[in-house]
Amino acid sequence: MLAKLMRLSSVQRVVSILAIVGIYVILANTLFPEGSFFHVSSYSVNLLGKYLCYALLALALDLVWGYCGILSLGHGAFFALGGYAMGMYLMRQIGDRGVYGNPELPDFMVFLNWDSLPWFWQGSDSFVWMIAMVVLAPGLLAYVFGAMAFRSRVSGVYLSIMTQAMTYALMLAFFRNEMGFGGNNGMTDFKDILGFSLQSDTTRLVLFGLTVVILAAAYYLCDRIVTCKAGKIITAIRDSESRVRFVGYNSASYKVFLFTFSAVLAGIAGALYVPQVGIINPGEFSPINSIEIVIWVAIGGRGTLYGAIIGAVVVSFAKTRLTGIMPEAWLFALGGLFVLVTLLLPKGLVGLFDKRFPAKKNTTAQENAA
Amino acid sequence: MRPAMMTPEQTGPDTRHGMILYMENVSVSFDGFKALNDLNLYIKEGELRCLIGANGAGKTTLMDVITGKTRPDTGTVSYGQQFNLLQHNEEQISRLGIGRKFQKPTVFEALSVKDNLYLSLKMDKGIWTSLWHNLSGEQKDDIDRILHTIGLTEHRDRPASVLSHGQKQWLEIGMLLAAKPKLLLVDEPVAGMTVSEAERTAELLTSLAGEHSVVVVEHDMGFVRSIARTVTVLHQGSVLAEGTMDAIQSDPEVKKVYLGEEGNA
Amino acid sequence: MVKPFLALFFVLSFLGMAFNVGAEEQSFEELVAELPDTNFKTLPALLDKFAEQDDPRTAILLTNLLGGDVYYHPRSQQVITMTKVQGERQFIDVLTSEVIAEPSGVRLRKVRVNNSVRSHIRQLQAQQNISDSNPDVRLKAVKNLLSDVDQISPQLLANRLQKEQDSDIHALLSAIAALHELDSGDESKQLDAINTLRGNLQPDVRIALMQLQQRDALPETVRDALNSTLAGIETQRKWYGWAENIFFGVSMGSVLLLAAIGLAITFGVMGVINMAHGEMIMLGAYTTYVIQQAFPGLIEYSLLMAVPAAFLVSGFVGIVIERSVIQFLKGRPLETLLATFGISLILQQLVRTVFSPLNRQVAAPEWMSGSLQINPVFSVTYNRLYIILFSLTVFFALMIFLKKSSLGLHVRAVAQNRDMARALSVKSNWVDAATFGLGSGIAGVAGVVLSQLTNVGPNLGQSYIIDSFLVVVFGGVASLWGTLVSAMTLGIVNKFLEPVTGPVLATIIVLVGLVFFIQKRPMGLFPQKGRAE
Repeated sequence: MLAKLMRLSSVQRVVSILAIVGIYVILANTLFPEGSFFHVSSYSVNLLGKYLCYALLALALDLVWGYCGILSLGHGAFFALGGYAMGMYLMRQIGDRGVYGNPELPDFMVFLNWDSLPWFWQGSDSFVWMIAMVVLAPGLLAYVFGAMAFRSRVSGVYLSIMTQAMTYALMLAFFRNEMGFGGNNGMTDFKDILGFSLQSDTTRLVLFGLTVVILAAAYYLCDRIVTCKAGKIITAIRDSESRVRFVGYNSASYKVFLFTFSAVLAGIAGALYVPQVGIINPGEFSPINSIEIVIWVAIGGRGTLYGAIIGAVVVSFAKTRLTGIMPEAWLFALGGLFVLVTLLLPKGLVGLFDKRFPAKKNTTAQENAA
Repeated sequence: MRPAMMTPEQTGPDTRHGMILYMENVSVSFDGFKALNDLNLYIKEGELRCLIGANGAGKTTLMDVITGKTRPDTGTVSYGQQFNLLQHNEEQISRLGIGRKFQKPTVFEALSVKDNLYLSLKMDKGIWTSLWHNLSGEQKDDIDRILHTIGLTEHRDRPASVLSHGQKQWLEIGMLLAAKPKLLLVDEPVAGMTVSEAERTAELLTSLAGEHSVVVVEHDMGFVRSIARTVTVLHQGSVLAEGTMDAIQSDPEVKKVYLGEEGNA
Repeated sequence: MVKPFLALFFVLSFLGMAFNVGAEEQSFEELVAELPDTNFKTLPALLDKFAEQDDPRTAILLTNLLGGDVYYHPRSQQVITMTKVQGERQFIDVLTSEVIAEPSGVRLRKVRVNNSVRSHIRQLQAQQNISDSNPDVRLKAVKNLLSDVDQISPQLLANRLQKEQDSDIHALLSAIAALHELDSGDESKQLDAINTLRGNLQPDVRIALMQLQQRDALPETVRDALNSTLAGIETQRKWYGWAENIFFGVSMGSVLLLAAIGLAITFGVMGVINMAHGEMIMLGAYTTYVIQQAFPGLIEYSLLMAVPAAFLVSGFVGIVIERSVIQFLKGRPLETLLATFGISLILQQLVRTVFSPLNRQVAAPEWMSGSLQINPVFSVTYNRLYIILFSLTVFFALMIFLKKSSLGLHVRAVAQNRDMARALSVKSNWVDAATFGLGSGIAGVAGVVLSQLTNVGPNLGQSYIIDSFLVVVFGGVASLWGTLVSAMTLGIVNKFLEPVTGPVLATIIVLVGLVFFIQKRPMGLFPQKGRAE
């Protein structure tokens, strides 16, 4: 089976591996009894689900950074916006089971003595509305930000700093109670989604499965984008934007499209993440979170879509382990990784493997990246 | 998605007076240095024009102004009679039908030779078209024909980054051809080419004139003599002389400031 | 010869009479003797007589009366104060001011005071203080009087006005006199008073004038004068409010300038984005902390020592970073950004491990505290004033250094054309290291300044890095002047926005404004012009 896998194109490879992992984890969790060697605990399922959300987020960043040279230091903001959209919906599902038992208002609003829902919370109890917001909120922000920045030809480090400033400003804003998103504490104590309890193992398994499916679908879409004509133009923009303009392409509109699409993916990742971890707070906007996404992609190997997924899972796993053993060491490790990867491994882990198992169809395009 | 009205790209320049490019009283300065100084230049439709001049005479700046990379401080630049180029940016000017080959060959290194030509084809360049576009049979033929013309057929699937300097020059010329521009601006096309390659380039450019208008900037006087019908001499940002190669060479002004200097050097 | 003497004698005796109007003055001793026989009703009158005396013992007696510490011996009628000093009772004879032994075998009687007497005493104290020999005490007392001008009698006021030499206090006293006149009901007096108060910025004066404005029955002339005077005061207050905002803005801008200027050098000259720049600032702040810990007796000089020390510490760390990491990432700005971000994380964690994650307290020397009162509505604090002066000094020193020194020449040569400079045998590697050290060192100096304004903690640098970048981008990367103008502009804009919008919204507005600005002027305020892109 492994040999057969090696002969597939990279999309087929990744989608098959995701399918195998997903099905195996679900079966191993339900079929094998606890204590069995093959059993995968619900805790592990949950953890893996979280990693796959990160993988989707890394995929989104890799799309703009690896393929178009847009190093966003603010992708955490889009992730958090998607997460907040989901969080608002879950908050409303609590209904009168909150501490204050108010059927209409979430606890933190009761606590602030608000007597009705603010306008931007209208409709938040509808699942469909929530899905729309998960896409629209990050998408709209990215579109406006991208349109302003790319039209004015802000690029390179300038753009990176501006994205960081963007997420920083959002963090400050979301920390404020008056913003109406739970301030400091954010939102938590969720009860159920579409009527299914978030505490039950079955719901968690379904959420995990959904994450796998969405990640695979997103991977397929990203692959389609980077291999079609627009993808070639995007790669060309990364390498020589002014030349692309002289050929007659409005490079800004390509960048805005890619940036917006990427932000929507990040938002979806955030929306999948929140019900699995059970909390969303302004800390998700902090610049350091966005920086961690960058390190996932850098370590995995930017400019290859699967590199981003590998990087996200490997680094997150290492983080879980390391913070478990000695929490102090994590920032040292993270900082060290940044320095080492940029100095010694510019193509990331994938750069090491690629020489041995070249994929059939060449979708890697990492030369001259960034 | 497409507007119903004719886009400027589709109408083409109005050349009823026989002129495709008008540059009048154009001045550009960088920190007090006058790169172009009250320059006037007219290019006829279908003409092959050579621009010569010493370093710093303003040749590259002139091309930058036409293609929208540099905004002049004063003056007017119009394409045909109806397009004021100063109101358009680089990509719009390119879509209007003005193509440019740079002094230093700039191709898309990460893309294959074929894809370099694919991206340069004259077609709708909006994002939505690009997302769903597949090459038509006609476009494939176009690409094949150009590949043949520039002699890169066997390199079609290799990334442009592995080409030699001369091959990159040719690829860039091929990209110009694919765009089917009305006006070609060619900056030092034979730099780094062998003699035989240069000869083929001269042939190609001569054959392009007539259907296209071509402006060539070149240092290689031999090459200029081999292709030129009309030569314009730039000096310190303005036109010093204009005429046939022979007339230019016998012009005392030109001899003094340009050919004379070259002769002494 | 005789005539002038006579004249002088005449004048002197006349003056003497003027001072003694209606007073068959009793001596302090006589008045004290009357104390035991007083009651609540008679005591105030007696105290008034005390107040007319210029006896230094009066002030002490009044304070003790207010504290209920004055007693008298029931038999000898000796007046004694009894206070507790370090838990021990201490007896002092009021007349001799000497400590005496506890009178034995007798219960001392208290000179009793009630609330109305107490408030009377306070008035008297205020009046006393305005004739104190120390001008600072007088100034404070007069200012207190402003809030309630009825505490002082017109006569006493006139008396003081005549004697007062200090012009500031004199002005305040005439303001008080004018405030008295305001209530007189006499039109011409009121007009005079209003004219005296024209341009007076004391908040109490403004309140009194506004109260007068509320009254219905006012002559037309008085009302007109009142309105124009108040309008004048309001305009002045507005101007000084602006001046204060600008001062705060400039002081914030100076901090931004210090924080950003090192970045402008490393970014402008080397094209290197140093995300660890904030941590260089942090190291400078911690250097200040360490120096204060090492020399606890020299807090007054600690900042003077910290400036060079922080420059060296941060500069050294900067050179190490340049040599070990950045030099290998030349021409790859995004990679440099990531690697330096990694370094910033390591430095933050290092500080957390060594100094604990908690904020550290850095003391302010005496000369940094206090403020310069320019007028009642406008004062500048010394620490901000010094910071502005210091940061401008650093800025101009740096300008001169880059213009005159050979390193500066090399730095500028490399900034303009790296290849050409190398061809002219400028050792560009060495210049890079030195430049990076210089930029980092100045960041360290900025840290010393910041230690006086904010908490010193591991996250100190992070909060300034984004601001610093904005300053550099706004100013135009390669221009030190641009950095100066942009730091000051951002500082001032921020200070004007803050009261209107709150700090968070102000930050956001500035960010969005900058995005729009960059759209119009992608190269910043002072772009480097050139033919090359």
